[in-house]
Amino acid sequence: MAVLDVTDIRKRFGQTEVLRGISFSLEKGQVLSVIGSSGSGKTTLLRCLNFLETPDAGAIAVNGETLFDAAAPAALKEAEIRRRRLHFGLVFQSFNLFPQYTALENVTLAGKLLARQSPDFRDRKKETLSRIDAEGRDLLTQMGLADRMGNYPHQLSGGQQQRVAIARALALKPDILCFDEPTSALDPELTREVLRVIRSLAEKRTTMIIVTHEMDFARDVSSRVLFMDGGQAVEEGPPEQVLSAPVQERTRRFLDSYTTRRP
Amino acid sequence: MKLMLQQFPIVFQALNVGFLQTLKLFLVTGLGAIPLGLVIAFGSMSRFKPLSALTRLVIWVVRGTPLMIQLLIIYYFPGIVLDNNWWGGGESGRFLASSIAFIFNYACYFSEIYRGGIQSIPKSQQEAGLVLGMTRGQIFRKVTLLQLIKRIVPPMSNEIITLVKDTALARIISLQEIIWAGQSFMKGSHGIAGAIWPLFFTAVYYLVFNGVVTVALGRLEKRLDYFR
Repeated sequence: MAVLDVTDIRKRFGQTEVLRGISFSLEKGQVLSVIGSSGSGKTTLLRCLNFLETPDAGAIAVNGETLFDAAAPAALKEAEIRRRRLHFGLVFQSFNLFPQYTALENVTLAGKLLARQSPDFRDRKKETLSRIDAEGRDLLTQMGLADRMGNYPHQLSGGQQQRVAIARALALKPDILCFDEPTSALDPELTREVLRVIRSLAEKRTTMIIVTHEMDFARDVSSRVLFMDGGQAVEEGPPEQVLSAPVQERTRRFLDSYTTRRP
Repeated sequence: MKLMLQQFPIVFQALNVGFLQTLKLFLVTGLGAIPLGLVIAFGSMSRFKPLSALTRLVIWVVRGTPLMIQLLIIYYFPGIVLDNNWWGGGESGRFLASSIAFIFNYACYFSEIYRGGIQSIPKSQQEAGLVLGMTRGQIFRKVTLLQLIKRIVPPMSNEIITLVKDTALARIISLQEIIWAGQSFMKGSHGIAGAIWPLFFTAVYYLVFNGVVTVALGRLEKRLDYFR
């Protein structure tokens, strides 16, 4: 069964139709790379999945549970929206770490706040909090940041900040981890260290959707590639096909412009 | 000079009494206006247009007219126009009316500082909290608030130093704060008349008090230096 089913998502901002009916599904452990030029709707798609935008039409289901259906609008309580949102994690282009917290605190903050809602939190406060701290340290170690846990974001490089942000998203154990151009704010050297981390997540069969401009990386790490243009899913398939032997003329043109822009 | 030395203990004591009233007005205004300003700031940023328009109108009127006139209106309007001086008589009535005028006036100034501070915090901070399943309340308390405080400490320091000196305006409705106490020695009080130096000497109180305030706020600013 697919872990994610997206059906005919549409979104317009004023007169501009940013998403014109996007559908795709994703199996557990798959990595989907979303490529396309700026303004093609890639970021809006991720924001819809994470409930930062509400689609005008379409449906989103995770593990068979419908999380959003524009045809059957439900007045959801904020708590329910939050619960549904937690199926997804999002890593932003600009990291968006909380500046007043250390790397470890950034990773553990949300988990600790969530734990407070469980009914037996008071009785098991100490062990719950220390478990969350231990998990946070574990994640940061996996990200190669064992010696940076006590540092504040401004003391870290961009690549280190982005790895903290990845750990922060992973801490809540989302079903699907989304990346919105995770390396676009980084120089090549720092890009490599972030991509290495994402690759290791792929090897561990983490279900991911990655919006990226790194074509070689997309070819390398994805199970599937989705090319978007003008708010439409133009072509979708295995990376060998979409990136090396595209069927659609628009995909070919995009990839050509890419190779000429970045020799 | 010899006369001044003789007068000094009497004057010193009277000025201390006046300064106590100044200090009380300062503290009450601070404690009232700092939270009220936040409420007004949220009102002025409300997505409910009538509320934000009304709040901004009030801010415009309060900031656009002299605090001295606001003091006079708030103190005299109930008694003279409505025939019902709900402030009560005497020094406590004057203090109550002064407190209300100062709190409301300063809350309006503070609210604009808060608004600027809140709007300067990138929306992406809130989005980061939302995708982590935090509630809006948690995001404000755990993410936004400290960043907000860090940003507003310098402009707030300015306002707070101004407030220390503005308390003297309550003299217009005869609140017996330190300027009133100093001036009384010109007309005659405690057996001393025609002495102007006590009035000049009140400046030392303001200077020392503002020195303390500046150091305290400087320390707060330093304590928030650990993040950017």
